[in-house]
Amino acid sequence: MNPFTYERAADGAAAIRLVSDNRQAKYLGGGTNLVDLMREQVERPKLLVDVTALSREIEAREDGSVLIGAGATNTAVAADRTVRERFPLLSRAILAGASGQIRNMATVAGNILQRTRCTYFYDEAARCNKREPGAGCDAIDGVNRIHAILGASPSCVATHPSDMCVALAALDAVVHVQGPGGDRTVKLVDLHRLPGGRPDIETVLDAQDLITGVELPALGFAWRATYRKVRDRASYAFALVSVAAMVDVQGGTIRDVRLALGGVAHKPWRAWKAEEALRGRLATRESFAQAAEAELADAAGLRDNAFKIELAKRCIVATLGDLIGETA
Amino acid sequence: MHYIINAQPMDVIADPRTSLLDMLRDNLGLMGTKKGCNQGACGACTVLVDGERINACLALAVQYEGREITTVEGLSGGSDALHPLQSAFIEHDGFQCGYCTPGQLCSAIGMLGKIERGVPSAVTADLSAETMALDHDELRERMSGNLCRCGAYNGIAEAITKVHAKVPA
Ligand SMILES: Cc1cc2nc3c(=O)[nH]c(=O)nc-3n(C[C@H](O)[C@H](O)[C@H](O)COP(=O)(O)OP(=O)(O)OC[C@H]3O[C@@H](n4cnc5c(N)ncnc54)[C@H](O)[C@@H]3O)c2cc1C
Ligand code: SF4
Ligand code: FES
Ligand code: FES
Repeated sequence: MNPFTYERAADGAAAIRLVSDNRQAKYLGGGTNLVDLMREQVERPKLLVDVTALSREIEAREDGSVLIGAGATNTAVAADRTVRERFPLLSRAILAGASGQIRNMATVAGNILQRTRCTYFYDEAARCNKREPGAGCDAIDGVNRIHAILGASPSCVATHPSDMCVALAALDAVVHVQGPGGDRTVKLVDLHRLPGGRPDIETVLDAQDLITGVELPALGFAWRATYRKVRDRASYAFALVSVAAMVDVQGGTIRDVRLALGGVAHKPWRAWKAEEALRGRLATRESFAQAAEAELADAAGLRDNAFKIELAKRCIVATLGDLIGETA
Repeated sequence: MHYIINAQPMDVIADPRTSLLDMLRDNLGLMGTKKGCNQGACGACTVLVDGERINACLALAVQYEGREITTVEGLSGGSDALHPLQSAFIEHDGFQCGYCTPGQLCSAIGMLGKIERGVPSAVTADLSAETMALDHDELRERMSGNLCRCGAYNGIAEAITKVHAKVPA
């Protein structure tokens, strides 16, 4: 690990000043991703600015929305009474990830900005455009079982590994950001980028931008929601494919639907095409299958991960089936 | 840096790069906490911070300054007797080589605290429930962050179940 200094920021403005003054500074959440990457020499910050104490509250607002502080731990969010009542989908997705120990350490902001688990990204001896722009990508023709089937580029086929973010994408979550120029909000679905020619640029945020919270807009009462995660072992593994689904079904017809996929792309993948194909349709297996086909129409498989295309389709159909109480 | 470690105030001088795990083992000679993977994947390094379990290998010691840390050495609370969970591990063959055991013990104690406080897990059917039960599936899901290369899982699960049953609700 490179030598670095450690500072606890007194408030958001102080944190931003510290990171703005040092080009090699990084914010520190629970460290569960960053410390690992520093040990592997993938990240080499000279200054860590600990921001975990700045905003930890989970604020249940009267209008039905909830504002979660960026420093709240994953455990605290999943266990929060209001989150469990109003947004059980979020609790489910968080609890499906990592382990009890890691969820106790990991923060909301750190989870959002965690980096890919592509093994070549971690391996200094491998070529990786994300680590070193222009170096090439050893995953495209390598071991790529955990890699992307949607939205990938010839530069990078990595996936975003978060479970929590898949639920946030379906819930229309809004990320609160404080920057040198003031405060702003970014929708979670717009926060992460597709790799294109610059897989090293993963989000629309600048290095100085501090995530201060995540807002979950109020939902109506009619939504049924669930999170399904498929992985190589029953617990404590990253998703091969995951689905966050919400439906509002009235009299057998899908009035509204929100669908997001994890483990398939460089960002939490909101399934807009499937949603469009479902809205106003009868809630049947045929509709679900057609919607899944529509979403995965542009999917492309690599040597080891082509199975995920069919897996994603089946997951969509099965998850929606579960939600309408179908027992096929 | 100042800590309360196993109920003792302690001052430690360590580089910011030092993990909580290395600080405990190398700076303080508390060798009970083990290093398995050093990347969050095995749970051998599990300790309790203010009663919550974490992986000490991914924790920068400096970030935990001022906190109360409990390691396997502190479970008995300074007495010569074993913690009831330690006795149960012996009684139910909850280990073979013992390498994962300190982490299993700390993890289980943190986990039982979560059950007591009604925190759900991935297999909890009803998220709105006020109280949590510790059945077969719940125990295995909640302890999935602790691997045992010897496969002593049955004994570990039995020991935890026994101790949980004895704790007054
Ligand atoms: C063994 C293992 C298994 C795992 N399994 C899963 C899994 O199944 N599912 C899953 O979803 N995740 C899993 N994870 C990943 C885990 O969820 C992440 O490591 C964690 O959420 C990161 O949060 P953190 O607070 O520790 O982030 P850190 O490591 O502290 O930081 C991550 C990044 O976020 C930045 N950052 C932190 N806070 C802020 C802020 N406020 N503003 C701006 N930038 C900030 C940091 O600079 C850094 O770049 C696993 C991790 C491990 C080690
Ligand atoms: S897939 Fe992306 S992260 Fe993985 S080696 Fe290629 S460029 Fe790097
Ligand atoms: S040594 Fe910390 S989890 Fe394996
Ligand atoms: S007893 Fe040997 S690793 Fe668990």
